[in-house]
Amino acid sequence: MGAVKRAIPAEIGGEADVVMDSGGTARRASARKVLPIVEGVVLVAALLAPLLLQDYLTVFATRVIILALFALSFDLVWGYAGIMSFGQALFFGSAGYGVALLARDLDITNIFLVLPAGTIIGLTFALLLGGFLLLGRHPSSVIFVSLGTLTGSYAADRLARGWYYLGGQNGIPSIAPMSLGTYEFTEGPAFYYLVLGILVVVYLLCRFLVRSQFGLALAGLRENEQRIAFFGYKAQHLKAIIFTIGGGVAGLAGSLYAFHEGFVWPNMVGVVVSTQVVLYVLFGGSGTLIGAVIGAVIVEGVSFWLSDNYRDIWPIILGLLLLLVILFRPLGLISFVLGERERVGSFGARAKESVKENRDAP
Amino acid sequence: MLLEAAGITKIFGKLTALDGAALTVGANEFHGLIGPNGSGKSTLMKCIAGAEVPTQGKVSFVNTDITAFTPTERARAGMSLKFQITSVLPSLTLYDNILLALQAQSSLVDLVFSRTRGALHDQVMTMLTQFRLANRAFEAAAALSHGQQQWLEIAMALAGKPKLLLLDEPTGGMSLEERRVTGELLQPIKQHCSLVIVEHDLDFIRDICDRLTVLDQGRVLASGTVSEIQANKAVQEIYLRRA
Repeated sequence: MGAVKRAIPAEIGGEADVVMDSGGTARRASARKVLPIVEGVVLVAALLAPLLLQDYLTVFATRVIILALFALSFDLVWGYAGIMSFGQALFFGSAGYGVALLARDLDITNIFLVLPAGTIIGLTFALLLGGFLLLGRHPSSVIFVSLGTLTGSYAADRLARGWYYLGGQNGIPSIAPMSLGTYEFTEGPAFYYLVLGILVVVYLLCRFLVRSQFGLALAGLRENEQRIAFFGYKAQHLKAIIFTIGGGVAGLAGSLYAFHEGFVWPNMVGVVVSTQVVLYVLFGGSGTLIGAVIGAVIVEGVSFWLSDNYRDIWPIILGLLLLLVILFRPLGLISFVLGERERVGSFGARAKESVKENRDAP
Repeated sequence: MLLEAAGITKIFGKLTALDGAALTVGANEFHGLIGPNGSGKSTLMKCIAGAEVPTQGKVSFVNTDITAFTPTERARAGMSLKFQITSVLPSLTLYDNILLALQAQSSLVDLVFSRTRGALHDQVMTMLTQFRLANRAFEAAAALSHGQQQWLEIAMALAGKPKLLLLDEPTGGMSLEERRVTGELLQPIKQHCSLVIVEHDLDFIRDICDRLTVLDQGRVLASGTVSEIQANKAVQEIYLRRA
């Protein structure tokens, strides 16, 4: 057919080859995909981890996987929809407190009750806060939303510290283990694989969502909210929806965290944890789901290692490291291997394939 | 009348950008909005499209008062705006830029389950072909030349099949050849769409428009057919003389 192959210049994303046929129409022929490889490597490493790690490190790894789930929630909201939430811990921590109260006051620890309950608590709080901050008649500014979420998280922290029913400064200790019938999930490989399974399922659901046409609308929202409003999108509704979904994922993570640690305390809803999740996502690479997971793993892993080896100065080293990454790799560590074009993705993929099939058909 | 804007006043602090300006556009009419720099053309466009809220005045579209409508509501009523500064979404492919515009009125469930993706494919490719961009469909929009970005943006603005398209300086920064092609690209839309166009290139405006409105210092100086405006002494004084 005399097809001429040429590579797209690197500055516009060099991972795809375009075949120009004699009619001058172009279609993507073969795209070297990096993301599935990274995802596969991370999944295999995560599956093998408990077999290779000592017991106490498996407990640590479980915590990290839960925090990776939490990071996904922030990535959906910021990385995909461009909503700067500085209060993501509000949903994480309130779900943690919620399930802790269910266990303490009502003896409810069944996994099929507490995890949906935690998710719903996260969803509800996000819907309330998101409704207030995002659902005005005119678009709310980034500053308004980030300060609003920050204030929400700070207020929740103060409330938890001051409320005797929630245990005040000490939080709620000695939460009974999460259960399934007579089986109790205690720290160790079973809990690890449970949270890994949940992470994989949530990850796949998020991936489905962000690659759908809804994901394209989110991309539009992130890049130019005003522009897509002029197309007729209800931009504020889209924002409130993704913010609420993010709250639900954070709630799920928070309820797992509460049962895994066995206690909840005011920091869990506060500004420190809210900021921590921002760092995970910035460090790993916002706008890619795997970047959020990698960010949580690396930030927590490096903190753990540094605190063991440089007891006094480790927070300074960690801070410098984070600054360096954010200064020189604003798209996160994932950008070392992932091109811009693949990061943003293509949303008409299926249609393209069908065209290709039609053309290739005899 | 398709569009009737009357008594539009817009005050920014101490600056009166528009002072009782008016504009009426009929169905399938191409209407040019001209005037010297700072005469309020872009502001009037923004007041019509909902990007700015007029301090005073009323905008009616298809016999509905839309003065208080948000841009989203105006778009859903059939109005579309191409901004003066190109605002294609640079990191998305051309294909996705058009798909984004086409799918704007799909339901949430359709979007989540990508139900309209297949059905819209042909429309995306038709629009890209119409605007001579099909061979670059899967490149990022950032890679296009300025003129091509303008075409992409016009294509996006037309995607929702608007009744009225507002174009703010569509040929800004274009070569002569690109301007000529832009005129060609706009002609066919007359069958189903009216156009309000702000443009400095008077030859371009004369070639494609049925009627013109001339603004000066926020007021309407004259409004009429192209030949009426060309014959108007006051307009010649302030504007056409320089062209």
